[in-house]
Amino acid sequence: MGEKTLTRMDLSEAVFREVGLSRNESAQLVESVLLHMSDALVRGETVKISSFGTFSVREKAARIGRNPKTGEEVPIHPRRVLTFRPSHLMKDRVAAGNKGA
Amino acid sequence: MIRSELVQKIADENPHLYHRDVERIVSTIFEEIINAMARGDRVELRGFGAFSVKQRDARVGRNPRTGESVQVEEKHVPFFKTGKLLRDRLNGKA
Repeated sequence: MGEKTLTRMDLSEAVFREVGLSRNESAQLVESVLLHMSDALVRGETVKISSFGTFSVREKAARIGRNPKTGEEVPIHPRRVLTFRPSHLMKDRVAAGNKGA
Repeated sequence: MIRSELVQKIADENPHLYHRDVERIVSTIFEEIINAMARGDRVELRGFGAFSVKQRDARVGRNPRTGESVQVEEKHVPFFKTGKLLRDRLNGKA
């Protein structure tokens, strides 16, 4: 088990199966969901999906980095990064499903 | 943004769909991602990010309150890596 990689296509296939819309419309809906979530995050909002998890944007301060190969110092500019905190339900199901794997 | 606001936005854009169907569509998408990870699969959504499962090895932990050693079993945890396009958009580069 495991190792397989799912894509948008698999998600739209699930929507097609579950809800009975056309494949084309199912694909568009998957895209809209991802787009609305991305747009909210870009606006700096936290996206909280109950029983799935929370996406939040964190501001990282500027710091001096180092090229590990050359040892050269390089400035790292302040930036925004996205973090995902899985819900308890997700953690429990992922732990249970992969137990002994 | 919370789940119900996401559902509302999709419903507003798709007036021909029943609200309960939009809820099912949104739930199906998130449910499918969890199901995949529960099987140990990855879900790669180009431009948005990838969900995968990481293995945490067994270790000897410590109860922080009592200082007592406890054996922590190997376990699998969900992991998300932000996609390049979204990472760039967050920083005004796309």
